[in-house]
Amino acid sequence: MTDAAEMVRADNVHKSFGSLEVLKGIDLVVKPGEVCCVLGPSGSGKSTFLRCINHLEKINAGRIFVDGDLVGYRQRGDKLHELSEKDVARQRQSIGMVFQRFNLFPHMTVLENVMEAPCKVKREPKAEVRDRANALLERVGLGEKVGSYPGQLSGGQQQRVAIARALAMRPKLMLFDEPTSALDPELVGEVLDVMKGLAQDGMTMIVVTHEIGFAREVGDKLIFMDGGVVVEQGAPREVIANPQHERTRAFLSKVL
Amino acid sequence: MSDQTTSERARPEAIKAVPVRHPWRWVSIAVIAVLAAMFLHLLLTNDNFRWSFIFLEYQEGKRGVMFTEPVLQGLRGTILLTITAMAIGIGLGVILAVMRLSPNKILSSVAFIYTWFFRAAPRLILAILFGNLNILWSRIGFGLPFDKQIGQLFGIDNFNGQFYGIRAVDLLAGFVAGMLALGLSEAAYMAEIVRAGLQSVDEGQTEAAVALGMSRFQVLRRIVLPQAMRVIVPPTGNETIAMVKDTSLVAYVPVTGELWFQLQQVSARTFIVFPVLVAALIWYLILCTILMIGQYFLERHYGKGYGAVGKAKQRLRDIEVEQGGRITKTAEGS
Ligand SMILES: Nc1ncnc2c1ncn2[C@@H]1O[C@H](COP(=O)(O)OP(=O)(O)OP(=O)(O)O)[C@@H](O)[C@H]1O
Ligand SMILES: [Mg+2]
Repeated sequence: MTDAAEMVRADNVHKSFGSLEVLKGIDLVVKPGEVCCVLGPSGSGKSTFLRCINHLEKINAGRIFVDGDLVGYRQRGDKLHELSEKDVARQRQSIGMVFQRFNLFPHMTVLENVMEAPCKVKREPKAEVRDRANALLERVGLGEKVGSYPGQLSGGQQQRVAIARALAMRPKLMLFDEPTSALDPELVGEVLDVMKGLAQDGMTMIVVTHEIGFAREVGDKLIFMDGGVVVEQGAPREVIANPQHERTRAFLSKVL
Repeated sequence: MSDQTTSERARPEAIKAVPVRHPWRWVSIAVIAVLAAMFLHLLLTNDNFRWSFIFLEYQEGKRGVMFTEPVLQGLRGTILLTITAMAIGIGLGVILAVMRLSPNKILSSVAFIYTWFFRAAPRLILAILFGNLNILWSRIGFGLPFDKQIGQLFGIDNFNGQFYGIRAVDLLAGFVAGMLALGLSEAAYMAEIVRAGLQSVDEGQTEAAVALGMSRFQVLRRIVLPQAMRVIVPPTGNETIAMVKDTSLVAYVPVTGELWFQLQQVSARTFIVFPVLVAALIWYLILCTILMIGQYFLERHYGKGYGAVGKAKQRLRDIEVEQGGRITKTAEGS
């Protein structure tokens, strides 16, 4: 059905909330190891699109494939069958997601946050998971915070824990929904640095962001969304330096 | 430059000021002390309280009424009834709350009707009603509904679709009837408490857990319920304390192995009313005090990760994010 060399493929994706059509036919291909940045004004459907990729939202038309697998459905002949909750959960295990508001589990320590899903969802041996969690927290620069609760950390530290938590499931794809827009300016850098490191290690990522610098430097691809459609896409440097569309130009002039 | 000058200046002398006087505080303490003394005088000098009847001996050579064997047995009954009724209430309450919040309309309606009925029905009436259910049915059983009628439809006489049956008087005699009445009624209140708790947990928590691949049950068990507990525990403590006292209602089922029933028996035999009331009061006070201590430790346990500072910070962050603002750097590297 799809090329094995495509990590994400969206074909003509539509999504409505009641009578409000939020996504009006999104097409996108992200290859393994690519970093795709998503730009666009508020309300353009960026978060919704990201949430469709791991089936947090059900799409109304079109297809989304992750690593060759249809998300949320199974195709039998020309009929689509909804996947059971269990199968959807299994698909989500290989897709990491990082939220604007971190959403760490406040009743668990940093280490427990990172260990929770590998232990309870994948049922991996605890000792092994602990070693991996410690290594991941070391990597995001929080080796000393393993015993703290999220409420005791700064925003930037919390977001780095959230990234480590997602990585602990060894995802093949990472989705970031404005990971730095709830942070103080001087904390943005530490989170972007972690993401840069991830990109260099070859992680496939889709990043909704307003950090033009990050998109230009780390992104392999940039899409600009407005009103539920992809208005423009291409290499980040070209799109940013030389936007073709009026709407892109207007948006960039505001954020740059 | 200016930094240097401040750091080089000598530290000023610590402030030693005369504290503000609070004369009215002393007056109020004096008034309260006098009132307390009057109250003690009232309790201790009036022989009608008959403290020795309560604590020491209520008949020649016997223990005080609080410590006689039937009363102690009644106390055990009261404790057992509280525990079992609360266990039913909490277990069923959680199930009802989850049903109520379920997207399935039928489940949520059933939960709604259940809570409506049991919240509106007085416990005393429920208790007496359950004690007398054997008037309506002589046997209680589980099995196919309308089994006899279905049998007749297919021409089978005496078709029996019951898997398990028991004589109603055996099952609903006393204790079980009281336990069911209190437990089922409690479940309705617990359902509301648990629902409020579940709804108090941020949606983002569920979202993050689901995105990690957790099942709906795991999300509830590992993420949402533990956080909801902070909201659930204090009112549940209240409910448990209320339950200790409400167990006295089942004296009218009647349940004989229960504190209030036993103490009433004593006063019926001895014609001594007031000291028996005081003895009952003292036992209920002791039980509830123990429960309040337990509640303190439970609250501390489920407050993990929410120190006063952490909580305030989290709230500030939430507000700022909502307003699209930015979070100030806090505790970096501390
Ligand atoms: N659960 C929902 N129910 C109804 N409408 C929704 C829901 N989620 C999003 N929307 C609507 O869909 C539109 C797109 O929302 P979305 O969150 O995807 O935008 P966005 O591009 O991420 O914006 P922002 O930059 O503000 O995060 C908005 O008009 C929003 O009101
Ligand atoms: Mg968004």
